[in-house]
Amino acid sequence: MTDALRPGSGQALLSARHLTTEFHLADKTVARALEDVSFDVLPGQTVGLVGESGCGKTTTLMSVMRLLPSNGRITAGNVYFNGNDLLALSERDMRAHRWKDMAIIFQGAMNALNPVLRIGDQIREAILLHDLMDRAAADRRVDELLELVGIPRGRRDQYPHQYSGGMRQRAMIAMALACSPDLLFADEPTTALDVMIQAQVLELLKEIQKKLGLAIVLVTHDLGVVAEMCDTVVVMYGGKVAEYGSAELVYNQPQHPYTQRLLESFPDLNRPPDSANRDLATIPGTPPRLNALPPGCRFSPRCHMSMDVCAQVTPGKVNVSTGSGVLHQVACHLLNEQEINK
Amino acid sequence: MNESSTPFKRHLRDFWIAFRRNKLGLLGGFLVLTAIILALFAPLLTPYQPTEVIRDEKGRGLTFAPPSVHGPLGTDDAGRDVWTQLIYGARISLTVGFMAGFIAMFVGSLFGILAGYFGGRVDNLLMRITDVLLVIPDLPLMLVLVATVRQMELNISPLVVLTAVIGLLYWTSTARLIRSQVLTIKERQFVDRARAIGAGHMHIIRKHILPQIMPLIVANTVLVLSIAILIESGLAFLGLGDPTKPSWGTMLNFAFDRSAITNGAWWFYLPPGLAIVWVSLGCVLLGNVLEEMLNPRLTGHHLEDGQSMIAVSGKRSE
Repeated sequence: MTDALRPGSGQALLSARHLTTEFHLADKTVARALEDVSFDVLPGQTVGLVGESGCGKTTTLMSVMRLLPSNGRITAGNVYFNGNDLLALSERDMRAHRWKDMAIIFQGAMNALNPVLRIGDQIREAILLHDLMDRAAADRRVDELLELVGIPRGRRDQYPHQYSGGMRQRAMIAMALACSPDLLFADEPTTALDVMIQAQVLELLKEIQKKLGLAIVLVTHDLGVVAEMCDTVVVMYGGKVAEYGSAELVYNQPQHPYTQRLLESFPDLNRPPDSANRDLATIPGTPPRLNALPPGCRFSPRCHMSMDVCAQVTPGKVNVSTGSGVLHQVACHLLNEQEINK
Repeated sequence: MNESSTPFKRHLRDFWIAFRRNKLGLLGGFLVLTAIILALFAPLLTPYQPTEVIRDEKGRGLTFAPPSVHGPLGTDDAGRDVWTQLIYGARISLTVGFMAGFIAMFVGSLFGILAGYFGGRVDNLLMRITDVLLVIPDLPLMLVLVATVRQMELNISPLVVLTAVIGLLYWTSTARLIRSQVLTIKERQFVDRARAIGAGHMHIIRKHILPQIMPLIVANTVLVLSIAILIESGLAFLGLGDPTKPSWGTMLNFAFDRSAITNGAWWFYLPPGLAIVWVSLGCVLLGNVLEEMLNPRLTGHHLEDGQSMIAVSGKRSE
């Protein structure tokens, strides 16, 4: 690794390096859904993946787990899990890694549960599949898991349609924990849930993380959730990492115009009501189509601070020097200017 | 719920309770079940053999005797008891129909699942085979096949030939039906989830695809059974059955050949015809109801059983 993101990244549980994923579309064009995506997940840490819809958050998870649909290919990069390159494994060996080492909570629990199988059996499925224990032990484990996520034991033999939305999400969490993974991907775990249940589910995730020492990668477009849960934030735009750093720095000193606008577009109770920018910010336009990307910086057509160079040259990553050595990287020409001018 | 009974027993009881509600399904079940019972207990229900000739006091064969003269259903042109032939014929018709139906369902499901799940080249190959069989008219093809196999004098029972030909030709519509269902199911997210937990193809097909299409398979099996019985009757009527072991179709063939209609011997041709209607109607009614019932999404709502639907919050345990 020539560009270790920071000293000691060798201890990272999961490292994605220069991950590039392409989709071959029906109209023969190629959509580059991810380009040069790098980030680390340390053991026990929570990493937030944020960005608009279609910016590559879910694709990142699917690339890491190698669950891309058949028209998707990882064309460059590496994914290291505990130092092993996952992309070099055969499909068979990769299967053994899934769920045992990293599990995923899918977007929309109803769809991720098989409607004709009992909840308990679906939770047990992964345990039996990996031959971790015999049936009786697996059944006890299911009971434990249900208790952990707060589902009454009497409901393990029910079908998904007999569960409410929040309970389904809890069942999904129980399922994800079945094989005691070290890393949990949560793909928008709270969408389609009302605010009360959202809070409960997040609370549950936090509690479980504390109890089991899991690392969590949280995909969301709810910045409030990120602020509450995450240690590190990866802000993605158009399949690239726009800003990456510790949650505190990204929140309090956002460097990329996209991050700045994203944060300003979110209501903040602490913002003084009489300040000049009391209205919520908006970002004009829509994210670029991935098979027709703009040249240069992908955000430049929508950026309120774009310069001539932005539409011509792709900005490289710059380490924002904060003196403390805390992680904070930004891919923006504005920073280059400042660096050069210094 | 009664916790002392085993899950299977409980399941069966729930099934029966739901089934009992449906009058048409009950009727279908009754029709099919009576036919099976008559076939099973045939020797107990008649004193004669199906080939035995009934004779009057003078020792002459009692030909075309109406029901008023002999037995519940009279005799045929050779003086054999029609009721006896009917219930023994049920054995042949049902056996051939059921076996052929199951073979057709098995082949059809296999083709449909493999084509739908793997897609691409596998799909293309299997579906082209299906298309070829689909465009050739069934009945003439079956006639030619049965006749050809018979010409070869392989010493196989004509009934086995009949079963195999019906079973191996009548799976095409099933394959298409199952394939289309598999195509929609494999795109569902729980299949992705199954892949994510590290499942292979066989596991996904067995645990996730199959339970989803099982209602379709079961219901369709019952429907295909009725069609198989009808086709068997058709082929037997055309003289391709086993004359020594008459099925309902063979009986109709005899009746037609030996001018039962011009003799006004309605008791010879009506009973086998009605028996065929009886069983196929029963299968169709049963099939429709089973499809409805075996689909768990149609069974109940989460508020129906009066349980609380709100999860216990993690906080409460603290």
